[in-house]
Amino acid sequence: MKKYVIAGNGAAAANCIEGIRSIDSDGSITVISEEKHEAYCRPLISYYLENKTVPENMGYRKDGFYQRMKAAVLYGQKAVHIHKDKKTVGLDNGEILPYDALCLAVGSSPFIPKMEGLDNVSRKHTFMTLDDALSLEQDVDENTKVLIIGAGLIGLKCAEGISGRTKSITVCDLADRILSSILDAECASMMQRHLEKHGMRFLLGDSVSRFDKDTAIMKSGTIVDFDVLVLAVGVRPNTALLKEIGGEVNRGMLVNSSMETSIEGIYAAGDCTESEDLSSGTGKVLAILPNAAFQGFVAGVNMAGGNAVFDKAIPMNSIGFFGLHAMTAGTYAGKMYEEKNDRSIKRLYTEDDRLKGFVLIGCDERAGIYTSMIREQTPLSSVDFELMKKNATTAAFSRKTRTEKFGRTV
Amino acid sequence: MKRVYVDEQWCLGCHLCEYNCAFANSGLPDMVLALKGKPIYPRIHIEGHDKITYAVSCRHCEDPICVKSCIAGAISKDGEVVKIDRSRCVSCYTCILVCPYGALTPDENGVMQKCELCLENACGEPACVKGCPNRAIIYEERGEA
Repeated sequence: MKKYVIAGNGAAAANCIEGIRSIDSDGSITVISEEKHEAYCRPLISYYLENKTVPENMGYRKDGFYQRMKAAVLYGQKAVHIHKDKKTVGLDNGEILPYDALCLAVGSSPFIPKMEGLDNVSRKHTFMTLDDALSLEQDVDENTKVLIIGAGLIGLKCAEGISGRTKSITVCDLADRILSSILDAECASMMQRHLEKHGMRFLLGDSVSRFDKDTAIMKSGTIVDFDVLVLAVGVRPNTALLKEIGGEVNRGMLVNSSMETSIEGIYAAGDCTESEDLSSGTGKVLAILPNAAFQGFVAGVNMAGGNAVFDKAIPMNSIGFFGLHAMTAGTYAGKMYEEKNDRSIKRLYTEDDRLKGFVLIGCDERAGIYTSMIREQTPLSSVDFELMKKNATTAAFSRKTRTEKFGRTV
Repeated sequence: MKRVYVDEQWCLGCHLCEYNCAFANSGLPDMVLALKGKPIYPRIHIEGHDKITYAVSCRHCEDPICVKSCIAGAISKDGEVVKIDRSRCVSCYTCILVCPYGALTPDENGVMQKCELCLENACGEPACVKGCPNRAIIYEERGEA
């Protein structure tokens, strides 16, 4: 009977369990869960603060998942060392777990830059886990002044999450625009105006020079008094476990299309890994839930001796604030096609007869057709791209392609 | 498993399937009460251009990308049927971002919905198929891909 060990208990881990069980119903599965919760939907923590969900509804899988999957979970434990020759994992409580196949699904950690006076800030939070959200909730009421450092996806979802709980939210970012990892200045400005309508205040192109207790003195000289500080500068993949035993690590753990690391028998999936972005051909940390799910399942199948491949990773995000959605995917390279008005922006990027990427703000209908064209590298010459530009529609494919898509089981 | 297939050769583009779908999923006993004078939010949509039309609904894919992409754990496979637990949906639209068929659409409140083959509503079988005047929508078992 094979022994499987999974370090981590998020989306990648849950899918890894399912991948293993799709091949091997008998092997033992042990999950090392640092957080004392069953796998939950991590991106929902802001929706919890927004009262759009409750912890009972945030489970990533239906109740009884681990029992059904015959997986044992060690809660409150952390993997601290791997012995690759003995094939064992050491836990922080001293326990040693032997494995035949190991999956590292250990996620990422908030990055906290050095800032003068940070230690003396009374109430500071990161925003990564359910416990982070629960503790932030305790610190925020209608009179709380909140300063969020980081106007990226995490910082802004946090801001939206608490916007109904407090009147004063300031978000600062070193970049000159919000959501700088996915939007250019014009697109970012549209989202920013929308967020400002909902009461958020931004300090962009600015950063904290130092803290004087609960006052931030910005580089620009602006003074921001706050009651609660949220640090959402960014996250870093947790790579130490693999790095210290000589496994190949760049910004994230490196894996092949089977999700195996450079060390035989050790797989990795989710936010701790680096993927080859199909749309640009470069290695990127794609810390998004779908990627974790695809990778986790493929890792599980291969750990159990099956044969699965994941080689269609692309950056993609659908992020909405107060009803306005920004969808982005792929790489913004090549020729740009643009349609825009006061309420929406559509941009499609094409190069070498392929759709490479897009930005869709406020015009998301059937966006998945565009996404699939990027992932499948569909030649533009094989579709009616004039029609496709106006509307994402399968009607722009040839009749033969449509028959394949709609005339049989897919 | 039996799935819904569409034959674009016979589709008239009459949109009746959209109305039958919206009615079947309304939970109301009367079509007039359910639909008259209201915008409808069906789970099947006519697509096409000036020369062709056809109806698109969930393909119930063997390896559905929406299930793996849902950030709320709301979409799952129940046997072969892809279902959404709408009480869990947080309207993030990631499923819209990934579905290659454009098969998931929001309802009037932005909560995502999709075809579940009418297996659990009063119709009991796909209402779009039942009501198609030209038999352009078919409910049958076809060879797996």
